[in-house]
Amino acid sequence: MPIQGDYMGMTLTIEDLDGENRDFFRYCARRDFRLQRGKQSGLLRYPPTTACPWTSDRESDWVPVEGKGTVHSYVEVHHPIQPAFRDKVPYMIILADLDIQKGAPTEHEALRVAGNLMTADGEFAPPEMIKRVGIGTRVRMVFVDVTDEFALPHWTIDEDAEQPDKPWRYAQE
Amino acid sequence: MSLSSVSDHDASSGKFLRGKYAICGVGETSYRRGSEESTRSLATWAISNAMKDAGMTADDIDGMFSYSGNDSTFSPFVAGDLGIRLNFYMDVHGGGSSIEALIGMSMGVIEAGMCKTVAIFRAMNGYSSVRIGGTGARSAVPIVGDQIHSRAYGWQSAGQMFAPTFLRHMYDYGTTPEQVAAVKVAHSKHASNNPKAFYKKRYTVEEVVNSRIICKPLHLLDCCVETDNATCIIVTRLDRARDCPNPPAVIQSVVGRCCKPRADMHYQHGPISTVAGHYAREILWPNAGLGPEDVDVTGSYDAFTFTTMLQLEDYGFCKKGDGGHYVSDGTIELGGRRPNNTSGGHLCEGYTHGMNMVIENTRQLRGDVDDSCPIGPDGRRRHTHDYREGGCRQVKHAEVTANLGWAMPGTGSAMVMAKDHR
Repeated sequence: MPIQGDYMGMTLTIEDLDGENRDFFRYCARRDFRLQRGKQSGLLRYPPTTACPWTSDRESDWVPVEGKGTVHSYVEVHHPIQPAFRDKVPYMIILADLDIQKGAPTEHEALRVAGNLMTADGEFAPPEMIKRVGIGTRVRMVFVDVTDEFALPHWTIDEDAEQPDKPWRYAQE
Repeated sequence: MSLSSVSDHDASSGKFLRGKYAICGVGETSYRRGSEESTRSLATWAISNAMKDAGMTADDIDGMFSYSGNDSTFSPFVAGDLGIRLNFYMDVHGGGSSIEALIGMSMGVIEAGMCKTVAIFRAMNGYSSVRIGGTGARSAVPIVGDQIHSRAYGWQSAGQMFAPTFLRHMYDYGTTPEQVAAVKVAHSKHASNNPKAFYKKRYTVEEVVNSRIICKPLHLLDCCVETDNATCIIVTRLDRARDCPNPPAVIQSVVGRCCKPRADMHYQHGPISTVAGHYAREILWPNAGLGPEDVDVTGSYDAFTFTTMLQLEDYGFCKKGDGGHYVSDGTIELGGRRPNNTSGGHLCEGYTHGMNMVIENTRQLRGDVDDSCPIGPDGRRRHTHDYREGGCRQVKHAEVTANLGWAMPGTGSAMVMAKDHR
């Protein structure tokens, strides 16, 4: 049976044969963020793939990874496209560099993990919270359930971390 | 040496098919909203117009390519409408960056002896049916598997998908909204001299940066227009093209859907403020035997003001990081050193996934863009080179053009064309 759930009015589906996404989102449902680590390369990868981007090796293990990182870039949407997001604007999509494997295997590579900016409770961030976040902000992962075996990873401000004085934000507020 | 390294692409040994193929015909429908026609009907009009432009009949065309994103018709229907018997056709999936790739593929299938002359079309009701901005049909598609990592986050439209690159370029290089807005200013100036353009109004930098934010850093006027239209380009061998009524636009080199590493999710491989042109230029310029300094007119894809800027920079028209300066110092305007998108492009003329920029450069090389200049007794326009509103848009002495096609930050295509010198 495919894993299927309603999320904000959108139907999200993971097909039976899609083993990589099935595993990824199931671990998220257990609040256990894991990425595949290639057997040959020893490198982590995101998003899930069927083979290792560095060695083409199909063998991998799901390894627990700390969901902490730094905002590398972002999107701040003011005009919604999908009906589900109509009452969420403005909302933010974060691309965060995970701390682990940052700058490896080459200087400009990183595990850049997407998610919305949420409150610590997993609600969409209010505008005043969005205004605190920019390139350089330290973030930590939070999860939002779609079904009992499927959750989405998201980001929230890491209030315990040392934050930059002024994260870089687009000039016009 | 790594197998994947671009430097391994031996662009210096052969000249490939440099100067052996040409665009001999171009055609389009009007650019409008509410076509009240099917994509099949639109395609038939565009191909028919291109055939007339090439002085060709149905018997002269025996190959066909089209591209679409589940929003168009297929070659066999259109060929049937036009009485064309096909020796080759293929309808491929894709949007921006398809046209330059398909021109290269046309050269390949002709070279392989599969057919003689290829008509490439793109037909779309991009405003009234499947909107290219992503609202309506596109956002109603079920979200399955790999798409969950983007669309479930409200990360779907082109603007939303590219914004991390645009913002990061501002962060890395200090590029300002006002610099990038100059792209819209230039293209709207060009469109005001294009009777076909959907938007003919000239805009100022202030108007662009004061228009409402769609998703940062994109204002409404940083985004392209959605229109209904079809476009067609006919490719054949140069010797055949020389028999056509219009001067051939001779193809010097092509790059097709050249990608950054990790094409599955290009943001994994930085710098994310660098786009595919950084790799594509290693094929484009050596194959053409020319460089950016030789180019008179550019057609850098303007899905957004930013895409024009990023590509001009990464193809080497200026130093890395200087794109904001390059697009705002007058260089890319008519009357400047190297005008870009002289038809008004996707920001103003109409949205065609790259076709209208190739059509425009073909006409520039012919010395016969369809502006409002007076037509002489021989039927040819007398270009005034007066670029004031409602005037001329023909570039003086246009010898070499470059088209820089954009699919996304991680994928691009390109083409260099030149005037025929027998």
